[in-house]
Amino acid sequence: MLNLLPKQLFLFDPLSLFFLFVIFIVSLPAAIYSFSYLKGEYSPAKITLSWFLLAFFVLSMAAVVTAGNLVIFLVAWEIMSLVSYFLVVFDTKHEKSIQAGTIYIVMTHIGTAFLIVAFLIMYQHANSFDFFAIKNSCQTMPLQTKNMVFLLLLIGFGTKAGIVPLHIWLPYAHPQAPSHISSIMSGVMIKTAIYGIIRFVIFILGINSGWWGVLVLILAVISCLAGVIYALMEHDIKRLLAYSSVENIGIILLGVGLAMFFISLNLPYLAVFSLIAGLYHLINHAIFKGLLFLCAGSVYKATGTRDIEKLGGLIKTMPQTAAYFLLGAMAISALPPLNGFVSEWLTLQAFFLGAFDVMGASKLFLSVCAALLGLTSGLTAACFVKAFGIIFLAQPRSHYAQNAKEVALSMRVGMFILAVLTVIFGLAAALIIKLLAKVSGSALGIDISNMRFSLNNFTLSPKIARSIYLSTPELALGLVLLGIAGFAIYRIFARGKPVIYKTWDCGYYKLDARNEYTATAFSKPFRIAFSFFLLPYRKTEKIMESFYHIKSFTYETHTTKIFKEYIYLPALALVFRTAKLMRRIQPGSIHLYLFYIFATVLLLIIFMHRF
Amino acid sequence: MMKIFILILQLVLFILIAPFLSGLITRMKNNIRMRRGQSIFQPYYNLVKLFSKGEVVSETASWIFRVSPFVVISSSLTAAMLIPVFIFSSPAHHVGDFLALIFIFSLGRFFLALSALDTGSSFGGMGSSREMFISSLAEPALLLVVFSVSLQFGSTDISAFSGMHAVTISSLITAIALFLVTIAETSRIPVDNQETHLELTMVHEAMVLEYSGRSLALIEMASYIKQMIFFFLIAQIIFPIGLPVFGDLTQPFFWALWYLVRIIIISMMVALVEVSVAKMRLFRVADFLGFACVLGIIACICAIVGV
Repeated sequence: MLNLLPKQLFLFDPLSLFFLFVIFIVSLPAAIYSFSYLKGEYSPAKITLSWFLLAFFVLSMAAVVTAGNLVIFLVAWEIMSLVSYFLVVFDTKHEKSIQAGTIYIVMTHIGTAFLIVAFLIMYQHANSFDFFAIKNSCQTMPLQTKNMVFLLLLIGFGTKAGIVPLHIWLPYAHPQAPSHISSIMSGVMIKTAIYGIIRFVIFILGINSGWWGVLVLILAVISCLAGVIYALMEHDIKRLLAYSSVENIGIILLGVGLAMFFISLNLPYLAVFSLIAGLYHLINHAIFKGLLFLCAGSVYKATGTRDIEKLGGLIKTMPQTAAYFLLGAMAISALPPLNGFVSEWLTLQAFFLGAFDVMGASKLFLSVCAALLGLTSGLTAACFVKAFGIIFLAQPRSHYAQNAKEVALSMRVGMFILAVLTVIFGLAAALIIKLLAKVSGSALGIDISNMRFSLNNFTLSPKIARSIYLSTPELALGLVLLGIAGFAIYRIFARGKPVIYKTWDCGYYKLDARNEYTATAFSKPFRIAFSFFLLPYRKTEKIMESFYHIKSFTYETHTTKIFKEYIYLPALALVFRTAKLMRRIQPGSIHLYLFYIFATVLLLIIFMHRF
Repeated sequence: MMKIFILILQLVLFILIAPFLSGLITRMKNNIRMRRGQSIFQPYYNLVKLFSKGEVVSETASWIFRVSPFVVISSSLTAAMLIPVFIFSSPAHHVGDFLALIFIFSLGRFFLALSALDTGSSFGGMGSSREMFISSLAEPALLLVVFSVSLQFGSTDISAFSGMHAVTISSLITAIALFLVTIAETSRIPVDNQETHLELTMVHEAMVLEYSGRSLALIEMASYIKQMIFFFLIAQIIFPIGLPVFGDLTQPFFWALWYLVRIIIISMMVALVEVSVAKMRLFRVADFLGFACVLGIIACICAIVGV
């Protein structure tokens, strides 16, 4: 009766291969990194366990992106969620791990529940679990059902991807896992949800309505802004990176949402181009966020703290980690000629080209989205100036940072590989975009043989007729040569060596680390400017010895997490209240329970009979 | 070969002229305030003085502090490469467009902000935090400017709007929005004040407080060039090539001269704004740049409507 034995188990089309590539390009350096990272941190038995879990985790992700039918997809998806749950709670030393794990597993299962409903609707319509069978039958699916399935899929995958307001688990779960796992989770695992959206919404379901793309774009813009503003406020380095993942998922979804929007308007060239931008940012984010999490892990391993207010001056004791973190920070801040710059440029260019080709109010909508993306990238740069500046520059702010040492070789190798990739993916943009065009074309089902995205192997040009060019190798060459020219002028006019002296201290006799700007101070202007969203509040506590003398004064400043405060906590309270009410029907009497069973059976019989 | 020659000539011209604009603005401000003022060539004297002086580097500073001046000057010069000066399009116009220009400037800013944090002085941190705050708020306005320009001219290429075109309402509003962004980006009153070293007004000046000698000269040079590029962009939007009725337009050097005239006009406007408004509180800057954003949106709407 059930068509459970599918004809097609696995699928290796360009889209799947692309995601496989993303998975392995981050997992490999992370695995190399974990050799030394795990040593000394955990007992040998636990290290073996972690390798086992890592292997399972990577394999399950690989299965998710290559599954060829719904059942295999769901099973792999569930294994992935469970294994990553075990990895989140791996650090049993910390009590927070359990809480983080619980939040994660609850959220991820809520997401899966939505997915299962969507899949069942699809199955009911197609009477098959095969992707291609469903794809064919989806053409005759009524619009109402299609909209329904789209929303279910969006919520289901959105929970995994961490779209605001479903992002709640990311800042808990990602920081708690061991760092190489955080890097895989943030770099790759949340991308499987993007794979899901592309595979199921764009590839299988097909876009009919314009509002799908618009909805995705709006959610993406909100994710971008909320993610980066929270990241700016954060002092825990790994949580900062987790929030920044929310933001980057937003940027990726801008590309995906634009592609959906352009398909519905029947603009195939732009759809392919936008999806290229989204996929490019996806792989870039995997690389630089993986790198940054590995660097954060190195900092944690060397200092024993993740609180950036306690760090500082690490560039002198950990020069290599600092250099890798700097590359990652530059890439994520979209600075030329690194990879983040290319994908952000492509995304903005997709907006511009789109605004030129669509009609009326859509033009304005796209312009405003692009401007908000600009705001996001400005805030990201501020966020990572803060992160790098406070962690690595100036003087150590505590004994944690003073005694730091450069990390072991295998950790540096792991970071080095990813750091080199940020440069390669920036410089080889024109070649990569040709490969991505194939992926994008096949995912959208559009023939790309007569579309061109680059002038030659060095220059990108989205629309050759409109003379828009970007050549990252030449840009890099220009930057380097002119920098060298500046250095040459500097040397020619040299009058002896620079004098090394104290920082100017306004005549005050000694500056120490307590005079330095802190992360809280750095983000203060942002906290005030975005106070309508962050709702900051202070706690002050004065202990008076006498009327004239204050013994101690403590001052704390906090921000309100509005999604947690106004959505999740009330929802949780509601669940508890309902549970309390439900308890009344469970008095513990066996007779009553027998009656319940009988009533249920009766109801089921009636139900089966009637329907 | 010819292309490289033109590029080098262009960069040399930028380096030679950029300090002059700052001198001109300072002189004009002083004259309007009924003071005699310094020589127009004072920035050149300053640069020469800085180049011949020794340098003090903080003992807290790392290599970031030493490298930043080169990154900053290279980002400004790279941006200058993309600007078409002698002909309709720069020889390096395929390297990047208007958008790339924005990101190239953020490269320089990123390193300057880091080097300000590097010395461990709170002044540096303050300047760095404020600079990133202002620039991140300026970013959406700048993008809306790019957007409305590209909607009008069909491309984000800088040469697309440097040719002959009619001045529309949309381009006028775009130019005003870009003007506001320029004031913020080049640290002028009412956003910042280049003339003082008071804690309250310090943004850009606080960031470079620890720099001295040749490094400071390079950073100053970079900000002069950045200022000139922004003036250039405004000039290209509101004074198109077709405007001059005198002279022979086929002569590249005549063009360069016309560019210079336009930039001087913009500098005068900046000087007038600087003497006529008061410095704002830092948190009012958000409103100021918000206004620039609104202007940007209006410019986009005008461009969409086609006026």
